[in-house]
Amino acid sequence: MTDLAWIDGAITAARPQAVGALLRYFRDLDIAEEAFQDACLRALKAWPKNGPPRDPAAWLIMVGRNAAIDGVRKRSRQTALPDDEAALSDLDDVETPLAERLDGADYRDDVLRLMFICCHPELPQTQQVALALRIVSGLSVRQIARAFLVGESAMEQRITRAKARIAGAGVAFETPGPAERAERLAAVAAMVYLIFNEGYSASGPEHAERSPLAGEAIRLGRLLLRLYQTEPEIMGLMALMLLQQSRSAARFDADGGIILMDDQDRALWNGAMIAEGLALIDKAMRHRRTGPYLVQAAIAALHARAATPADTDWTQIDALYATLEQLQPSPVVTLNRAVATSKAFGPEAALAMIAPLEGRLSGYFNYFGVKGALLLQLDRRAEAREAFDRAIGLANSTAEAAHIRQHLDQLTADAKAAGVS
Amino acid sequence: MLYAILCYNAEDVVMSWSKAEDDAVMDQLNVVHQRLEREGKLGPSLRLMPTTAATTLHKQKDLVIDGPYAETKEQLLGLYIVDIAGLDEGLAIARELGKANPGGAYELRPLRLYLPGVDMPATESA
Repeated sequence: MTDLAWIDGAITAARPQAVGALLRYFRDLDIAEEAFQDACLRALKAWPKNGPPRDPAAWLIMVGRNAAIDGVRKRSRQTALPDDEAALSDLDDVETPLAERLDGADYRDDVLRLMFICCHPELPQTQQVALALRIVSGLSVRQIARAFLVGESAMEQRITRAKARIAGAGVAFETPGPAERAERLAAVAAMVYLIFNEGYSASGPEHAERSPLAGEAIRLGRLLLRLYQTEPEIMGLMALMLLQQSRSAARFDADGGIILMDDQDRALWNGAMIAEGLALIDKAMRHRRTGPYLVQAAIAALHARAATPADTDWTQIDALYATLEQLQPSPVVTLNRAVATSKAFGPEAALAMIAPLEGRLSGYFNYFGVKGALLLQLDRRAEAREAFDRAIGLANSTAEAAHIRQHLDQLTADAKAAGVS
Repeated sequence: MLYAILCYNAEDVVMSWSKAEDDAVMDQLNVVHQRLEREGKLGPSLRLMPTTAATTLHKQKDLVIDGPYAETKEQLLGLYIVDIAGLDEGLAIARELGKANPGGAYELRPLRLYLPGVDMPATESA
C-alpha cells in the first residue's frame, strides 16, 4: 500500500536530486524538467501497484532519463525503444547498481548546481526566488504567482525570461573544485535565506499566501545541510531560520498586525524548532569559525532563551552585533545593533551610534522608526514626532504605517493632556 | 522481556510534514501509546531530531564528525539518554564512556520529544 500523500511527499523530497542529475545528463533545464515530469507520471502509475521503490530519487532519475532519451530518439525519427511500461517491472533489479553508481558526491554537486543556476548574479533577486521555487521546489507557476501577487501569465513570462538568461549565461557542468564549490554554496545559502525572508517578512494581506515560503526555505536548508553536514555556516543558516520561524505563531494579531517581540506571547513559540536551532548552533560553535549566519543565529538564540523580555541578555546581543558589523559592515546592521545598544547601555549611546547613518539610510523606514523611538525614550518629543513623520512616509506596508501611527497618536494625546493640565 | 522498537522512515519526507500532518500522526500514535501505557507495557518513547543535528565520535581515533554514524560494518548495540547542558558535555561523557569501552562509535543526537512512560524493573543482569 502506497498512499498518494506518501508518493507526493517522496516526489517532492526527491525532486532537487532527480532534476539535478537529469540536468547533468542532458545539460538542458527544459529537457531535465520534462524528463522529471514524465518520471513522476509513471511513478503515480507504478508505485501504488508495485509498492514504493527503495530509493525514489534513483528510480525517478532512471525512468526520467530513459523517457527523455526515448523522446529524443522519437523526435529524431529513429526507431523508438519498445514501450517501456514493460521494462518498468524489471526496474527494481536495475535500481541497485544505478543507486550505487550515483554516489553521494555526484548527488551533492547535482543539487548544488541546480540551486546555483537559480542564483545567477545577472538575475534580479525576485527572479532568483521565483526560479528556485519553480525549478528546485517544484511549485506551480500559479502558486508562485499568488505568493508574489502577480498574474499567472506575468509570472510565467518572468520565469521563462529568467530561464533564457541562464541558458545564455552558460553553467559549468564539470565537477566544481573546492573553491568554486564553496562559492556556490555561499550563493545558494543566500538565496535560501532570501526565500525564507520572502515568506517570513510578509505581513498583512500578503501573509497567508507568502508565509509557506518560509517553510519551503527551511526544507531546502535541511537538504543543503544534509549534503554539507560539516559546514558551520549552513548550520548557522538553518538555526537562524528555525529560530526565527519558531516565533511565527506569535508575530501577528488577528487582523494581521505586527506584534513586536517584546509583546509576543512566548508560550506560542515553537519549542521543537527552538531546540533544534540551539542544537545546530552548539554543533557549529565547535568549528571555531564564525560567519554572518551563525552570528545572527546566536542573536536569535539569545532571544529564544529569554523566558521574558526582561531576561534578554542585551549586552551579549550588542557584542554579537559588533561581531556581525565586522563580518558584514552595513548601516542596517549598525541600526539593528543600536536597538540592542539602547537596551544594554541606554538610548543616548544608541542615538550617537545611528547619527552617522542618516545620510545613507535617508530612504529607510526602519531608520526613522528606531530614531523616533530612541528620541521618545529621551523625552525629546518634537524631534521624535519629526522622525515618526518621516518613517510613516517611508512605510512599506500598512502594518508598518499602522505601527508608527500608534506612536504619533500617543504623542498627540500626551500633548493634549499636557496642554489641558 | 524488554524490547526496543527502533523507528525508521525517510527523514526528508517526515521533516517536511506540515504541523497539521505531524499533529495528525502524533494523535494516532498517542491512541496506541496510551493503551500500552495503561497496560504497563510502554517505557520511554522518544523522537529524535533529524540526522543534521547529529554529531559522531569515533572512539579509537577520538575523531568528532558532524552528522550521523554512517558506517555499515558496525551495528547498533545500545543507547543512553543523558540530561546535559549541551554538545560539549555530551562529547565529554561519550569520551569517558569510550575509555571504559573502546571501539566503535557514539552518535550524539538531540531529542525532540521524550515521554518517560511507565517505570520498568531493571533486568536481572547486563
